[in-house]
Amino acid sequence: MIRPEQEWQSYLAAGRFMIQRSRSTGGYIFYPRIAEPGTGADDLEWVEASGNGTIYAVTIVRKKDPADSYNVALVDLAEGPRLMSRITDIDNDAINIGMAVCAYIRQPQTGQPEEQPILLFKPQ
Amino acid sequence: MTMHNGFPRGQTAIVGASTYGIGKCPGVSAVDMAAKASLMALDDAGISLSEVDALYTSAPYEALGGMELAEYLGIAPKVTDCNRTGGSAFEVYVQQAALALAAGLINCALIAYGSNPASNRSPAVGMTRQSPWEAPYRPLAPLSSYALAASRHMHVYGTTRVHLAEVAVAARKWAQLNPEAAVRDPLTIDDVLSSRMVSDPLSVRDCCLFNDGAAAIVMVRADRARDCKKQPIHVLGAAHAVTHREISSMPDLTETGAAISGPSAMAQAGVSPSDIDHVMVYDAFTITPILFLEDLGFCPKGEGGRFVSNGNIAPGGTLALNTNGGGLSCVHPGMYGLFLLVESVRQLREEAGERQLDAPQLSLAHGNGGVLSSEATVILGTSETL
Repeated sequence: MIRPEQEWQSYLAAGRFMIQRSRSTGGYIFYPRIAEPGTGADDLEWVEASGNGTIYAVTIVRKKDPADSYNVALVDLAEGPRLMSRITDIDNDAINIGMAVCAYIRQPQTGQPEEQPILLFKPQ
Repeated sequence: MTMHNGFPRGQTAIVGASTYGIGKCPGVSAVDMAAKASLMALDDAGISLSEVDALYTSAPYEALGGMELAEYLGIAPKVTDCNRTGGSAFEVYVQQAALALAAGLINCALIAYGSNPASNRSPAVGMTRQSPWEAPYRPLAPLSSYALAASRHMHVYGTTRVHLAEVAVAARKWAQLNPEAAVRDPLTIDDVLSSRMVSDPLSVRDCCLFNDGAAAIVMVRADRARDCKKQPIHVLGAAHAVTHREISSMPDLTETGAAISGPSAMAQAGVSPSDIDHVMVYDAFTITPILFLEDLGFCPKGEGGRFVSNGNIAPGGTLALNTNGGGLSCVHPGMYGLFLLVESVRQLREEAGERQLDAPQLSLAHGNGGVLSSEATVILGTSETL
């Protein structure tokens, strides 16, 4: 059986942004599962995501020190699925719904809060 | 049992309703409060505790709260349920209790809830887990999810922060007519707009309270209801829809499951939005009444912001919405759904004091759970609507 979260994280650690696709229906799936939602098709394969997406919705979590404020966005992938992420390389207040973005993976490194690799997006 | 569009329309009724400890209720536990509200609702109905044979409850910290409250009250229910659809659980309980009563499985249902997060800081442990697909991005739970929905609605339909503020101000004006409401200070549009931003576009004043409160209702079949102390409030329809768990999986952030549950419940009841005199919708954040008014059919999709403007849902407006002051200004102890139903009953019984509407016959109560994930609509009516 597919181990959805583990396999996805392993790809991410290897620098690859993978999503799933059903061989029979052709539907793309994110977040990773053991079967396609709606159809139950379990003939899933991992495929490389294009990384292209569009911002569907966005909020900025405001902190006392504006430097600590951060955005939370929903991104529609070119393949169809939607996911939550953060948009970087742009001022929070300049982020707009409909903006074209592309995915990248940041590996854990000194000076960054995440201990795991993380999928992020930046403007195209 | 005779069914009308899948529901035993009017065959069951709410005969007891109570609230307890709204605002601050220190020195007791949540189950103490739920038990107190239960006994008050039974007294309101004129029904003894020993008659209760079904118990529906959602405890704030105890996943097995149904057994806890049964034990506390010293009853042995034939049906005990503590469903996990968040704040909508209580509207779902009305649906389930109506079916079980109409089928003859049970004879008397008690639906109860108590929670005092403002007084008792013990956290709600183990009730939910963080989504591994969202947690790395640190959304405020649940606020940022609702903020994302608001951002999308503003983008697609031109809804503004002033529209959101209208919802908060209308709630406060109703609260000022309700002595039980926890927050009754004056509130203006400018106050809301200038309050601290938390997760754009939602500011502190766009968020519901987090205070103490308990509530309970009692349901029986219509024949038994005739012998209770007060006029029965009949359950005409009750429908439910779950569309997702986390906001990133919501199919369309501008359309909730209320677009499914609302029309279903109204078809069961045989009514349309224009027939309904009084509306209670779950106002966790100012965006939610806008979404629900659209999805329930009180205004066209996208028009919610304009619909709530100019005091249209405040006292004196065209639609009496959230007349207790809502989760925004009356009470929100974590799961608010039962308070909606109590206010519907009070308005239909004409017990609402200064905020009482002129002889309402039909009331709609709409509960919401999760992050716009679970939507449940109940239609209640006086005997004249049977």
